Amino acid sequence: MAHEHKLEIFRGLWKFKSNTQKIWGVLVFLTVVTAVEVLLGIYKPEFLMYTWLSPFEGGFFATLGNILLSPFIYMKPLNLIFIVLTLVKAYYITWDFMHMRDEKGSLRKMVVWTGVFLICYLIFILLQEGGYVFEVYNSEDALIKRDF
Amino acid sequence: MDSTVASTGTEGKTWGGGNRPLGASYGKLMMWFFIVSDALTFSGFLAAYGFSRFKFIKEWPIADEVFTHVPFLHGQELPMIYVAFMTFILIMSSVTMVLAVDAGHHMNKAKVTLYLFLTIIGGAIFVGSQAWEWATFINGDYGAVQTKGGNILQFGEYVTVDGKEKFKRISIEDFAITEATVRTEHERKNGLWYVTEEALPPYTVSEIYNGLEANENILVRTQIINDEGEKTILSREESLKQIKDNGQLVVKGANLRVNEYGTSLFADFFFFITGFHGFHVFSGVVINIIIWFNVILGTYERRGSYEMVEKVGLYWHFVDLVWVFVFTFFYLV
Repeated sequence: MAHEHKLEIFRGLWKFKSNTQKIWGVLVFLTVVTAVEVLLGIYKPEFLMYTWLSPFEGGFFATLGNILLSPFIYMKPLNLIFIVLTLVKAYYITWDFMHMRDEKGSLRKMVVWTGVFLICYLIFILLQEGGYVFEVYNSEDALIKRDF
Repeated sequence: MDSTVASTGTEGKTWGGGNRPLGASYGKLMMWFFIVSDALTFSGFLAAYGFSRFKFIKEWPIADEVFTHVPFLHGQELPMIYVAFMTFILIMSSVTMVLAVDAGHHMNKAKVTLYLFLTIIGGAIFVGSQAWEWATFINGDYGAVQTKGGNILQFGEYVTVDGKEKFKRISIEDFAITEATVRTEHERKNGLWYVTEEALPPYTVSEIYNGLEANENILVRTQIINDEGEKTILSREESLKQIKDNGQLVVKGANLRVNEYGTSLFADFFFFITGFHGFHVFSGVVINIIIWFNVILGTYERRGSYEMVEKVGLYWHFVDLVWVFVFTFFYLV
């Protein structure tokens, strides 16, 4: 395995002289992202606490729109920001700390596509089912008695 | 002689054998395979957590109110500060690990030794912090009453802080009126032999009720999250009524069966997911120590390659990667 490293992040916006410098650069970036997450988590800005879109109603296309835009319709913007920032952090840990950036494209795809596909599938199935069970428990004609 | 060897016509092709189509050694490739399968295990846990949370979306505990403690800072509510510190420690130990791998590429034994040592220290601090976090979670905070239906009722009062009315939690110890009871814990040595009973709760429900009745200011808070994203607070009459009619068990702290912070699934998942992750960190530390000794003994110097450090490094970064997700889904979202 040759030890050549690609020494730039953010698509070449930030270039480094050596691999060591790149590592410290990525650390700074990850620390900033974590700090932003914690600050948002503590202060919880009011405008991020309510969804900006409400579900569309009526017809097939409304349902389709609800599914396609579900992260914006059913999720608080704050939580969406958290998840996006987490994926950003995961990307830089994998690409720069685990040297995915320097691996062959085929190895990268083998690992990432497999994982991403299966995980997305699993999450979709389980969250969908969880929402359904919630409806069964809480809809107006629910047969389950919610004693206190 | 040649006729015994079948010629497949693939000699010299990418997948014809004898070379590395993926450009990685066997060991590294197997580590990647393991990481992918372990990632699926963890996503299974986190997705199951999501399932349960969606199922009880209107009554799930709010993490900010559960994890508020920081060591040495008693009585202060500092949500997330300590977990953020833990996250930083783990990222930092990931950095020292990459530095060790990088020093290995340059065959610099002294630097690999130093950086690997720092990585081990970071891992140890993280595991220790997690143990502390567990202990705090298990010991509990304010205590609560569990109802017949398994719901949790917590206590608190309205106080005015900086001109704003806020609901402040009150510990059951601060208002319960103890009364003499004859009920003692059943031990192995008397009564029914060799049968023990679980530790009795610190108070009985009637002691809590008497305390609640005597203190006009105390109100009951339920698990249900209202439209403002806060837990519902009952009126005074309703508070007394609920404790009297439905209160069944006084709960302090959390275990796999009861949980003073809210639905018991929350505690189950907390123990399971952070426990499984903590076990990964622990094994990572052990493996790092073994490799560290090998580095000191000069094994890799003689082998002419520090690839073993790289492979262990992959595992270590993966553990960090998992924590990033646990942090988000358990503490932030």
